[in-house]
Amino acid sequence: MPDWGYQIHKDRQIDFDRNDRRLAQYIRKYEPTFKLCISCGACTATCSTGNLTEFYNIRRLNILLMRGEIDEIWSQISKCMFCGKCELVCPRGVSTRKVILLMKEGIQKIKENEQI
Amino acid sequence: MKKKVVVIGAGVAGIEAAAHLALMGYDVTILEKGERIGGHVLQWDRLFPTQRPASEIQDYLNQQIRNPNIRLIAQTCLIKNERNNEQFNLELSDGNVLTADAILVSTGFDLFDARIKEEYGYGIYDNVITSCDLEALFSSEKPITNAQGEPPSRVGFIHCVGSRDEKVGNTYCSQVCCVTAVKQAIEVREKLPRSEVFCFYMDMRMFGLRFEELYKESQEKWGVNFIRGRLSEASENLDGSILIKVEDTLAGRPLKMRVGLLVLMVGFVPSKGTLTIGKLLGLDFTPDGFLKPADEYIDGNSSNIPGIYLSGTCKAPKTIPDTLTDGRAAALAISEYLASTS
Amino acid sequence: MKKEGKRMVWPAYQKNIADDHYYYSRSCIRQNFYPGTEHTFLRILGQLNKDICDDPRHTTCTGIGYHTDVVPFETAMTVIARHFALMTGLGYENMITSCITSFGLYSEVLETWKEFPESEEKTREYLRKATGREFNIPKDLSHASDIIYKFRKEISALGTHRLTDIHTGRKLRAVEHIGCHYSKMFPSRGVGGAEFPCVLSGLIEEFGGEVVDYPERRLCCGFGFRQYFIKANRGFSVACSKKKFESMAPYEPELILTNCPGCFYFLDRWQYVISEMEGVLYGMRNQGIPVLTYEELAGLVLGYDPWDMGMQMHQIPVEPLLDKMGISYDPEAKYKGLKGLDLGVPLQPRQLAI
Repeated sequence: MPDWGYQIHKDRQIDFDRNDRRLAQYIRKYEPTFKLCISCGACTATCSTGNLTEFYNIRRLNILLMRGEIDEIWSQISKCMFCGKCELVCPRGVSTRKVILLMKEGIQKIKENEQI
Repeated sequence: MKKKVVVIGAGVAGIEAAAHLALMGYDVTILEKGERIGGHVLQWDRLFPTQRPASEIQDYLNQQIRNPNIRLIAQTCLIKNERNNEQFNLELSDGNVLTADAILVSTGFDLFDARIKEEYGYGIYDNVITSCDLEALFSSEKPITNAQGEPPSRVGFIHCVGSRDEKVGNTYCSQVCCVTAVKQAIEVREKLPRSEVFCFYMDMRMFGLRFEELYKESQEKWGVNFIRGRLSEASENLDGSILIKVEDTLAGRPLKMRVGLLVLMVGFVPSKGTLTIGKLLGLDFTPDGFLKPADEYIDGNSSNIPGIYLSGTCKAPKTIPDTLTDGRAAALAISEYLASTS
Repeated sequence: MKKEGKRMVWPAYQKNIADDHYYYSRSCIRQNFYPGTEHTFLRILGQLNKDICDDPRHTTCTGIGYHTDVVPFETAMTVIARHFALMTGLGYENMITSCITSFGLYSEVLETWKEFPESEEKTREYLRKATGREFNIPKDLSHASDIIYKFRKEISALGTHRLTDIHTGRKLRAVEHIGCHYSKMFPSRGVGGAEFPCVLSGLIEEFGGEVVDYPERRLCCGFGFRQYFIKANRGFSVACSKKKFESMAPYEPELILTNCPGCFYFLDRWQYVISEMEGVLYGMRNQGIPVLTYEELAGLVLGYDPWDMGMQMHQIPVEPLLDKMGISYDPEAKYKGLKGLDLGVPLQPRQLAI
């Protein structure tokens, strides 16, 4: 094949219909407060990980979760130190700490082709 | 002799004001261009935030108008106004002439014509409807289906259609569409429990009593999804479903999604009647084309002309409770004016 | 889809298109990549007995340089003013551009002069100093596709072929692609506006074909200017076209009709690039989806020889379309020049059948 000097860009658009949204359903089932997030960002503001490492934004990870973009979550979620401050500040009573635990658990299951 | 007030428009504001003026003993005539009273309430099935049947408001209005001091002239418009000192001589489309000591303009709003947003495809794609069409579907008690006759597996609600949009010349917020979307989203989930419902919003404006609670209920109990982003364009797929393109602004990524039915939350525009009557009477307009009160803070019912008063959604978008309150306030303002004149 | 709904949009975007006596402004890239297309346009206008001036003195409009930030706007305005001066000097009032970039830039200049009359005065002064020329603003500015659209009924009446499958009578499925600068900048300057333009769909319907509305119909082809000039950025250009092909593929279009030199070029060439890079082919039988300009389509309807129109220069072979339309052609003559000289046969692509 000739060397073209460039490659076809990957589409950045979230293709909602093609994405795998099993993880979001899993978390909704085991931690129903997840549905109540209004993306206010109080969790991100107080998050020690988000303040001190790059690309870790728990508010954004929740959104990506709902859209089925799990690869980015997987690359970031292990940075969480489980201090639990995010949960203290949430105005809607979302159990963010539990959501993060379920994210890790659920993605692990998907990666290992387990039933989720 | 009883002083005479002519109310133009038999919607929520006009009837409520007429009822209170009649109670105060004035001789009230209501002009209505249509056949029935009630205005837009007639087109609605249930109301936010408690799903109260709109027919109850209709019944209330029918009750309110039953006063011997009120005369309703339906299917009639005002075509000419001549001022004679403190009295108005009003010529009607049926050829009759009325005299009035005060006029109340309560000519209301029209729903935004969604076809103006060409890129949303209303009137072109079969599965794009407006909030008003959906309300008619609720009233009809027919099952909710798409144009292909099947229950849609996913329904999208687009907020701010014709509102907060300089492209269509409307800079203002229509106030009621956010909460109406939440209300209708719940109703869709109620009627189609297997469907997914998504609301696309720019800001959730849950300003009224119990609105925020309804929003939370829609998430908690009904699983309604909210995506912050304005629809850029809608297209039709091969199977007739609608492909929508938004930015998920909280993810910072563009997003596309297929929906079986797309509901456009159409906003308020000044009604044709408001524009005609406003011009005919020489009233001041706001830059948005609504009628301008003399003082928006402390005298919201007076117009720029002594003896002519304003009430309801001819001034700005309003909820039903606010419109009722404004009707009563207008009645009070008119009675104070009439007491001060000979 | 309710077709009448679309038709209700159109009356708001009907522009005036002059009916004769045109001054023609050519496209830079079309003359090089597909030299037969502009010749075909002149031939069609000749057959319609229209007066059109093809003036060798005019230059680039500077659009490519302007959009890559090489040419300042003041320079672009002055170059375009010179074209207006050439037109005025020959007694013409109606300008036609062959290129959508030119059409967009001419429109931008005219709108700028309307909003900021002092910029027109400045441009007049520059032109006077540089060339001693004076100009009138054209009475009418149209794109060449507007002209074909205007005379679509006449062309159809003179035509010998239709956009239908000659064997079955079935309407051929066509997608249209409008150049972004045709109506996205100034919707009122395009026939049918920006959302549901009818300048090309009107031709397809008039010539007997079926217009297919696919979801990514409004997406840019990816041409841009800086985007494809810089090699490393071409991945973005080709991704745009790919997104369009993927969106139109389920509709099995038999033809892509374009009105912009860049879109025509890219939609034609990128199909080959994608096939080489990813092994993915669009269209039937590994042959790709033929891409045509409005003149080529009108020329086929009028019975012109496809090789005379330069259709052998297309990357995607047009023969499947010609066969369906029942247009006879000499396969032997495909790679012969105008004087019958052998031009040589291009190398065979790995995936794409030619």
